[in-house]
Amino acid sequence: MMILSGDPPKSRVLTLVLIVIILALAATPFLFPGAKALNVAAKICVFAALVASYDLLLGYTGSVSFAHTMFYGIGSYAIAIALYGMGPNWAAIATGIVAGLPLAALLALAIGLFSLRVAAIFFAMITLAVASAFQVLASQLSWLTGGEDGRSFQLPELLRPGTILISKSLFGFEVNGRILTYYLVFATSAVMILALLRVVNSPFGRVLQAIRENRFRAEALGFRTVFHLTYANCLAALVAAGAGILNALWLRYAGPDTSLSFSIMLDILLMVVIGGMGTIYGAIIGAAIFILAQNYLQSLMGVASKAASEAGLPLLPGLLHPDRWLLWLGLLFIASVYFFPTGVVGRLRNAGAKKAGGVSH
Amino acid sequence: MTDLLKLSGVHTHIGRYHILQGIDLSVAQGQTTMLLGRNGAGKTTTLRTIMGLWQASRGEISLAGERIESRTTPDIARLGVGYVPESMAVFSDLTVKENLVLAARDGPLDDSQLEWIFGFFPALRRFWLSRAGSLSGGQKQMLSIARAIIEPRKLLLIDEPTKGLAPAIVVALIECLKEIKRKGATILLVEQNFFAARELGDNVLVMDNGTIVHRGDMAALASDVPLQERLLGLSLETHQ
Amino acid sequence: MTELAATDPLPKPKRDIAPILLPVALAVVTIPLIGSPSTWLTLTAASLAMGMMIFIMASGLTLVFGLMDVLNFGHGAFIAVGAYVATLVLAPFAASVQADSLWVNLAVLAPAALLSMAVSGALGLIVERVLILPVYGQHLKQILMTTGGLIVAEQTLYALWGPQIIPTPLPTSLRGSFIIGDVAIAKYRVLATLIGLAVFIAIQLVLNRTKLGLLIRAGVENREMVEALGYRIRRLFLGVFMTGSALAGLGGVMWALYREQVHASMSDDLTVLIFIVVIIGGLGSIGGCFIGAILVAMVANYGGFLVPKLALVSNILLMVAILMWRPRGLYAVTSR
Ligand SMILES: Nc1ncnc2c1ncn2[C@@H]1O[C@H](COP(=O)(O)OP(=O)(O)OP(=O)(O)O)[C@@H](O)[C@H]1O
Ligand SMILES: [Mg+2]
Repeated sequence: MMILSGDPPKSRVLTLVLIVIILALAATPFLFPGAKALNVAAKICVFAALVASYDLLLGYTGSVSFAHTMFYGIGSYAIAIALYGMGPNWAAIATGIVAGLPLAALLALAIGLFSLRVAAIFFAMITLAVASAFQVLASQLSWLTGGEDGRSFQLPELLRPGTILISKSLFGFEVNGRILTYYLVFATSAVMILALLRVVNSPFGRVLQAIRENRFRAEALGFRTVFHLTYANCLAALVAAGAGILNALWLRYAGPDTSLSFSIMLDILLMVVIGGMGTIYGAIIGAAIFILAQNYLQSLMGVASKAASEAGLPLLPGLLHPDRWLLWLGLLFIASVYFFPTGVVGRLRNAGAKKAGGVSH
Repeated sequence: MTDLLKLSGVHTHIGRYHILQGIDLSVAQGQTTMLLGRNGAGKTTTLRTIMGLWQASRGEISLAGERIESRTTPDIARLGVGYVPESMAVFSDLTVKENLVLAARDGPLDDSQLEWIFGFFPALRRFWLSRAGSLSGGQKQMLSIARAIIEPRKLLLIDEPTKGLAPAIVVALIECLKEIKRKGATILLVEQNFFAARELGDNVLVMDNGTIVHRGDMAALASDVPLQERLLGLSLETHQ
Repeated sequence: MTELAATDPLPKPKRDIAPILLPVALAVVTIPLIGSPSTWLTLTAASLAMGMMIFIMASGLTLVFGLMDVLNFGHGAFIAVGAYVATLVLAPFAASVQADSLWVNLAVLAPAALLSMAVSGALGLIVERVLILPVYGQHLKQILMTTGGLIVAEQTLYALWGPQIIPTPLPTSLRGSFIIGDVAIAKYRVLATLIGLAVFIAIQLVLNRTKLGLLIRAGVENREMVEALGYRIRRLFLGVFMTGSALAGLGGVMWALYREQVHASMSDDLTVLIFIVVIIGGLGSIGGCFIGAILVAMVANYGGFLVPKLALVSNILLMVAILMWRPRGLYAVTSR
């Protein structure tokens, strides 16, 4: 339990689901052949960490930030610009990390100190404004960021698909640089999530929850809420930037659509809510469900849309078109907040608690 | 004597906290009933529950025979309840006149009623067109009370009107409340100031920890120093 | 009877005029910086017009927050819906829009604007009942629900109208400029300014001269007390919400004509802009919203002319500067 910081999933079904997800992710290169499966798995890893960091803010402090993709984007762009400018070597990766993480943390510090100094209710609005300004800035500074096209780059030799580490003749599986990159993503995400679990279960994490329950009370108890909230904001930004770095490394690309757009922000929100706010584990479940659906359901929508248009139905083809994915996400989002506010994790834990209660009676 | 207001077995929860724990009380028509008790005893919560600003989680509240515990605040007010909250809650952005215009829900301000109020709250006439926010604490209290009596009300709920006021103003305020009593008002009055309570009360209720721990005659309590000490931890002599 | 404290000196009600002087000062300071008086006049006129349109869009948002403590992140949807609905009238009557007669033009514009306001207002009714009422009093969920609402509205517009940009050309009689000496002021900007001023004055009159307005102002300050006086504030709130939505729709129509195009993503950019405006003004304050809108527009226009590079972040800088000065915005209305 050490590794889980004394905060186990607390539900048998939930534990089982988590184990299945984690084993499936760990074994994806061998279980599910093909580039698509590996891409989906890598994205699940990256988003699990990203969403967990957002959960630290939304679930544990109760503040809605719309700037989370900005930190994610900072990580992505830092690594992309470094590798693009310095060539595919490890020094460039180090430079990207050394530049990206502190930049994200500093920006988070500035936003935190500023918006918490002013009326707290402004926080969501200010983060939205700052994030949108950053988005415009990133697309305008095209000499640096590549503008709308973004930056594509090469990875160091070791991480390239062409690098065969263990040849197929040995175990019947080929382990190449791509698979190594995948495990890099997997392991780093896992470490970040475990670190977040540790943070929320530390005394600091409990202060955050006290602040979420009642800020004035927490202040009356002598906690410097501004300090705690800002610190949480910085930690979340660091992990988000870390996830951004992984994302860029995996895609060998950073651009507005993959790392900055508002729709990523919406995806994150949805994953947190579906998984369950304030649980960290929810991030893994939310990311897995959401990204699987995104990759496999979205193509189903295309089929349905075509069928509807062939059947000559009005409106439906437009509504079911894969481009309208966001529409259904939005509806799902509203429905989850309304009917399902504790998410999958909350539901499973409640079900478990009820059962346990029933037995003891 | 008929009871205008009657609470039986009223419980109120605020969030997770169980504040009122079974309140039984009644307020007799035409009388002033004092509600006393330590800080945090639940006096304000009782008034707010009657007013529908907190929802009673259990129990019955009836006003002139009508059940009101599940009615909304505006409906309860429309049944003829005037409320003077602890914070006074004057609309500071509005003028004195505008505050009273709003309080006169059923129509234009009635001149004779206004003259009666101006009779004991002359400051309101003087500052008729000033922003209520710029009034002094005592003047705000007068405005808050004036709002509750600008139209005839069956029942007045008044929460600590003397709180934070200078002694001279307290004395004057007591006179005003007596004048309102003389008009036949039924009042449930929360007070910390025992002197004021003794001057104004016909009956008295003492609360502690969300329940009523004593009910009786105000005059009886006023003359029974040991009882005061036991119930309120103070005696009239030391407090005057 | 004692003269109860009548002798207390009454503090003079302090009029807080510093915020009002702010745009004036900004305008004066930029005269020498811009150099050419005619350019300055043109830019100032542009600022006023843009500011008025933003004010119309933002006023509902700030009032709704002030009155009911509801942060509607989906407010921008009403703007886009208003703009799209107007095209339903403007497109089929393109001939009347093109006609070179003010009256013929207005005969299409007025119904288009009214229809937009009606549809946005009706949508406001639905949003309030479906998205806001169930999570009443819970900020976190309110923000999440209304953000979801914004996405759904935007995507529905895409589904109904398609992703392409719809042109909304200005009516012929509103094209061109009034030329006074060597100053050119676009006619549409004058019209937009006049409409914005009319809306501002109308809101002020309602708020200050009617019992309904008194109730709204009192409700902004203390909702519970208004209820304790016997007023059903939920109904009042619904009315304000629908009015605010309708105004956002009107703003959307005006913005569409100003930009001469409509696009579902217009709500995104404008949402950010109106958020900045209501933050600057102080959540809940109509006067602050008015000044904030003008300030934002001035910074955009003067700034865009003087330091085009900064135009992207100028709004953020403005917001930061103002919040440094007054952390709750120019006029802090509520204690929330
Ligand atoms: N909004 C609230 N949330 C949580 N607890 C509350 C709230 N309002 C009151 N309480 C609690 O309810 C209890 C009763 O409070 P109430 O204000 O009714 O007391 P009171 O008798 O009016 O005290 P006082 O004389 O100080 O005005 C107190 O313990 C208080 O802490
Ligand atoms: Mg009290």
